[in-house]
Amino acid sequence: MHDVAVVGAGPAGLAAAVEAAEAGLAVALLDTAGQPGGQYWRHYDETHDRPADRVGHHGWPVFTGLRNRLDALRAAGRIRYLPGHQVWLITRDEGGAFTLRMTATASTCAGSGIDRSLPARALILCPGGYDRQLPVPGWDLPGVMTAGGVQALLKGHRTTAGRRAVVAGTGPFLLPVATGLARAGVTVAAVVEANATLGWLRDPVGAMSAAGKAVEALQYAALMARHRIPYRTRTVVREILGTDRVEAVRTVRVDTAGRPAGPEQEIAADLVALGWGFTPSLELPLMLGAETVQDTDGSLVVAVDARQRSSVGGLYVAGEATGVGGATLAVHEGRLSALALAAALGRPADPAATRRLRGAVRRGRRFAAAMQRTYPVPGAWPQWLSETTLVCRCEEVSYGDLRRAYHDLGAQDARTLKMLARPGMGWCQGRVCGFATAAIAARLSGRATTADDLRPLATRSLAVPVPLGELADLADDTTPAETLQHPTRERGRDGE
Amino acid sequence: MTHRLTFRGTEVAAEPGQSVAAALVAAGILGWRTTRRGGRPRGLFCGIGVCFDCLLTVDGVPDQRACLVTAADGMTLGDDADSQDPGSPGKGGAARA
Repeated sequence: MHDVAVVGAGPAGLAAAVEAAEAGLAVALLDTAGQPGGQYWRHYDETHDRPADRVGHHGWPVFTGLRNRLDALRAAGRIRYLPGHQVWLITRDEGGAFTLRMTATASTCAGSGIDRSLPARALILCPGGYDRQLPVPGWDLPGVMTAGGVQALLKGHRTTAGRRAVVAGTGPFLLPVATGLARAGVTVAAVVEANATLGWLRDPVGAMSAAGKAVEALQYAALMARHRIPYRTRTVVREILGTDRVEAVRTVRVDTAGRPAGPEQEIAADLVALGWGFTPSLELPLMLGAETVQDTDGSLVVAVDARQRSSVGGLYVAGEATGVGGATLAVHEGRLSALALAAALGRPADPAATRRLRGAVRRGRRFAAAMQRTYPVPGAWPQWLSETTLVCRCEEVSYGDLRRAYHDLGAQDARTLKMLARPGMGWCQGRVCGFATAAIAARLSGRATTADDLRPLATRSLAVPVPLGELADLADDTTPAETLQHPTRERGRDGE
Repeated sequence: MTHRLTFRGTEVAAEPGQSVAAALVAAGILGWRTTRRGGRPRGLFCGIGVCFDCLLTVDGVPDQRACLVTAADGMTLGDDADSQDPGSPGKGGAARA
């Protein structure tokens, strides 16, 4: 049995795995991707890449440093690295040991030897996150993508999804997406930012907590100028136009709450990249019953203490799942979780290093909170919706469907709304529409979104869809009966 | 060497290491399935395996996330089911929450 299974090989997970192994723990590192790096350091398949594929990655030396340590530790038999594995279920036996159930990320990996089950004494979950989305009329048209998806296609697959792009939403992540597209030869017609300015440069807390970030922002500002990319602040895309693919967007100036307050403008585009900050991936921690709280940016996150320990014994969580804060903070959290676990298991852990990391995490969190306050989701965003705008893309549930379920069927909270109108019940299980559905449920009742609105849409009985054959195999196994009897029902803290 | 794939009878090229979704998008194909209720075209959205919008039959295996499948020479992409009843619950023998 491994001392620890680390799930996710992005900044937090890579750092956690190498630190834990170097502290003497037997480590398994599981990742859905075929090579390490996560979303932040996503890069072209290294067996086929070219020198140009290495350009434009931030903190690349940090990545290669971690990756080289991973390679050395694998060669020494101290880390078992399992790429192409996605975890769909984690259970716990009476002795406290965890069992992870895995399936191949894609059918084409299935033949290359997938481990189906892995036991571990402790867990460090580093599942990362993905772009947060707000529905807008026309966002289901082909040619509309998440900002991270556009970036992944560019960095991971050397492909641009269009020739003339509009990048819209809020937050500093819109800038690397826009400049990356421009560098690849795409005309970026506009970056449409709902909030005021690059205001965090002037935020004294932010500037002092991360001077390096200020330099990064200036570099992006220079790149935006060099590529002549228009940067429209206090502006949102209120409609995406087209019949079978994107043809244009209609933007409008908004006030601080996001209420339309100015002239509209139509901008031609064949690619629209949308991002409203990030949503942490919480299905695995929620499956184990970890306590969650609402973060400054409104997202549901795992509550952890100063050693990255969750409310569940033996379960550590690091990176975006404990609060969106970027790669540097994620690396600190990953290292801290590994050192804390090593100390808990009686391995020598340098107390000075732990102290330094705790300080770095505290500063990083302060900076992240300042960023989140600077780029909030505008409270009035549901005003941009029309009755026919899809909220849930999978089940094709419109805003009108949600309003009818609320007014006619009495679905007055997110959980009931989900049961009666089916948002979040499709293939993605609410990953894309969960935040929006929770916010709509709260707003229809005339109140602000709380963690209780978010939890029913973040809890999943299975973390990913799995072939029925693999579920059937479980029946011969020792997994708790409850899981098997209701494989398609909500469970966990909020599923009763 | 460039891979040659077939999407509903049309040849699509892919560079080694690219995903099936990237190959389709690079070929100007933005939608490769239609939705169950509205009959609307869908293709790549999140691009990282989260949203399941890009589901596609690959070499006869239904409901594969095109963004996660690495393109290989001779692959056959899509079938009639993709354009008729994609993404229906349980189709292709998958259990969901």
